[in-house]
Amino acid sequence: MSELPEQTDVLVVGGGNAAMAAALTARMQGVSVLVLEAAPKDFRGGNTRHVRNIRYAHDAATDFVTGPYPVDEYLDDLLRVTAGNTDKDLARMMIESSQNAADWMQAQGIWFQPPLSGTIGLGRTNAFFKGGGKAVLNSYYATAERMGIDCRYEAEVTDLAIEDGAFTHARVHFNGQDHTVRARAIVIASGGFQANIEWLKDGWGEAAEGFLVRGTGYNKGRVLRVLMDAGAETAAAPDQCHAIAIDARSPKFDGGIATRVDCVIYSIMVNRKAERFYDEGEDIWPKRYAIWGRLIGRQEDQIAYGIVDAKVNELFMPSMYPPLKACTIGELAEKLDLDPAALEKTVADYNAACRLGDNADKQFVAGELDGLATEGLSPAKSNWAQKIDTPPYYGYPLKTGITFTYMGVRVDREARVQFKSKDGRVRAAANIFAAGEVMSGNILGQGYAGGVGMALGLVFGRVAGEGAARHVAN
Amino acid sequence: MSQTKFRLGDLEALQGEQLPDLHDEARRLLTICNACRYCEGYCGVFPAMMRQKTFADADLDYIANLCHGCNGCYYACQYAPPHPFAMNLPKTFARLRRQTYRDFTWPGPFAGLFHNNGAVVSVALAAAIALVLALVHHFQPTDVIHGNHAGNFYVVVPHAVMAWSFGLVFLYAVVVMLVGFLRFRKHIGSEGGAGIAGATHDAAVMKYMGGGGVRGNSDGCNYPAESFSLQRRAFHQMTFWGFWLCFAATSLGTVYHYAFGWLAPYSYTSLPVLLGTAGGIGLLVGPLGLMYLKHQVDPAIMDARQKGMDTGFLMLLFLTSLTGLALLIWRDTTLMGMLLSVHLGVVLALFVTLPYGKMVHAIYRYAALIRNRRESARATVGTD
Repeated sequence: MSELPEQTDVLVVGGGNAAMAAALTARMQGVSVLVLEAAPKDFRGGNTRHVRNIRYAHDAATDFVTGPYPVDEYLDDLLRVTAGNTDKDLARMMIESSQNAADWMQAQGIWFQPPLSGTIGLGRTNAFFKGGGKAVLNSYYATAERMGIDCRYEAEVTDLAIEDGAFTHARVHFNGQDHTVRARAIVIASGGFQANIEWLKDGWGEAAEGFLVRGTGYNKGRVLRVLMDAGAETAAAPDQCHAIAIDARSPKFDGGIATRVDCVIYSIMVNRKAERFYDEGEDIWPKRYAIWGRLIGRQEDQIAYGIVDAKVNELFMPSMYPPLKACTIGELAEKLDLDPAALEKTVADYNAACRLGDNADKQFVAGELDGLATEGLSPAKSNWAQKIDTPPYYGYPLKTGITFTYMGVRVDREARVQFKSKDGRVRAAANIFAAGEVMSGNILGQGYAGGVGMALGLVFGRVAGEGAARHVAN
Repeated sequence: MSQTKFRLGDLEALQGEQLPDLHDEARRLLTICNACRYCEGYCGVFPAMMRQKTFADADLDYIANLCHGCNGCYYACQYAPPHPFAMNLPKTFARLRRQTYRDFTWPGPFAGLFHNNGAVVSVALAAAIALVLALVHHFQPTDVIHGNHAGNFYVVVPHAVMAWSFGLVFLYAVVVMLVGFLRFRKHIGSEGGAGIAGATHDAAVMKYMGGGGVRGNSDGCNYPAESFSLQRRAFHQMTFWGFWLCFAATSLGTVYHYAFGWLAPYSYTSLPVLLGTAGGIGLLVGPLGLMYLKHQVDPAIMDARQKGMDTGFLMLLFLTSLTGLALLIWRDTTLMGMLLSVHLGVVLALFVTLPYGKMVHAIYRYAALIRNRRESARATVGTD
């Protein structure tokens, strides 16, 4: 298995959910498939290794979802979170095609689990993978091996030969050498460019230096750049991405899910100047989870600090890194390297604006919008605003953890990449398909709803695999 | 980006190499697990973990003994080596269980028998067979040993001698294991009667050994390697029920003898012989299968220092059954005397090493299952 084949029917670039969905679908049509994954085997699969669930449309409850999630409701949710920044035609097609997602994945040997306590309120809309994303990848690769798909690791595609929107061969760095692999069709499922800090600066400027990357360091967007240089149309702005608040002490790469901190809605969030900067209690946590990475990314040093007291510290999932702990706000500020006087003033102003006790109707209710809002404070805290007055006090240092970038190549309903030709007209490439995060900008112009990434990887992966195999057959 | 002040010592404790102290290492792993929880669908360990935010040593001992080593969580873990978090729950828990076996045995100085347990079992086996052969040859003339007695074992070894000597050794083994059980149960705080019925059910059906699944279906374990398999559960059930069937056969024989005065040999269609034969087949196939799987096991998930203990115990069970069935088949021939001596030697070695070998995993797991049942009956704490 050491030599790279020089020729294949369908070449798949990438090794995550979208890549494997494409590879398996193409192979089912009887064509030969070569999968080139840039990462080593232990870190294969891009962000799929860190996922937990897929959001898919379904008519009824099953063993692993608690109720129906109709296509229209899914589309409404997507339009709301993206504020309409989506290709509605593609979005509807994706959602409609997602309806058999769970059945198809199960047929590939992927296990789901019943909704349990850790399913963050998504038990109806999302199906949860038993064991998470790495278990998904193990099943995908085991099935691929059984079906005779050739999968290579540490095989990095460095260039593509594209003439008038048609692909002929790829340059691949493998085993210390550069190879040429010819194929009749290619599926690009190589992910975003979130591990490419220099590229992130296009959208974020120097702030990108302060980002932590939640997935592995292999998602550099190299093939995306090749496609763009060859004239591929793009979708979504370069600063658009999925990013959450993760512990500032997390590793630079691949901290995954465990480094996230869920303190925000019960805390006050302050920046380097110990000042609040956004409404922490705007909505329930699953609906605000994915905005805080971007919010923190716009603060000085891309860092913020969640401040809570003993009353609420047990109300959210335990963090991997222990919070800093102190008996007074001033002492906590010193431990967090903040100006004690400034933090004391921020907490005092906030406490003075809390109204719990003034009105017998208002109660603090964990997990539900309780309407317990501050008065006369800017920015306001709209829910769960109760005083920070019960020591010990805890501080969670948080930074921007970027999951994936949205800017990618524009595709059509058949997942074919759109190129601008010399005459200035935009045409679909004959044999170049894209799926997953490398084309997520078509669906995600901004915002996010949990589990959409897996749906778009799976649906467009299958469409791309099908189209590539059809092209080979013709 | 300015360097921040909160670079704590315990940060390094959370990522990087495994910690020298086993409890510290298990605590490190569960702190990471508790912030992830992707594995909650696998077995009882994860719900048990999610019921707590902090872990005392006793909590870790409890959770380690709740782990069945199905390895689902290892192969599914995005933080498994070579990731810098170096997560490996199955191996760490296996090492912690081995430590449990040493810490709670009685009398204390015998804890050393758990070191190099494979050698201990081998020496015990050789010594026990030699002892029985020597005693038989000392007390019986050669023509009796090599005579045909129509299956009557008691001509070679008188019933009273056999019953008393083996009864006392077995009683000792039971007492030692009971002491270990009671000590450990107190240690992990699962005293009292609550949860016993549920735990007994969980143990009998090997509830968690299938790795969990939708609608209670077993998906299987990742044993002996990454792919899912129900082989280990099947072989373990054969061993487990084989052991109890043989135990039942012996107990029934004792009742026949003392309560009804029905003396052995019993016919091939009698209940003790049928139970013993069925159990014996279980103890041939089960341990052989488990040893075969163990031979193929992925080194990443195995506590290498436990292999001798596991294999030693399985080998004794296998040999007990093999020699017992051979005795049954050839009990009407002149080979009976020698076959009986060897069988009794193997059984003696099994009984003597019972409380100082792999057998004890059952009592500590049972105590852990009791606490698990009691806790899962209560409401869980924390939020999601």
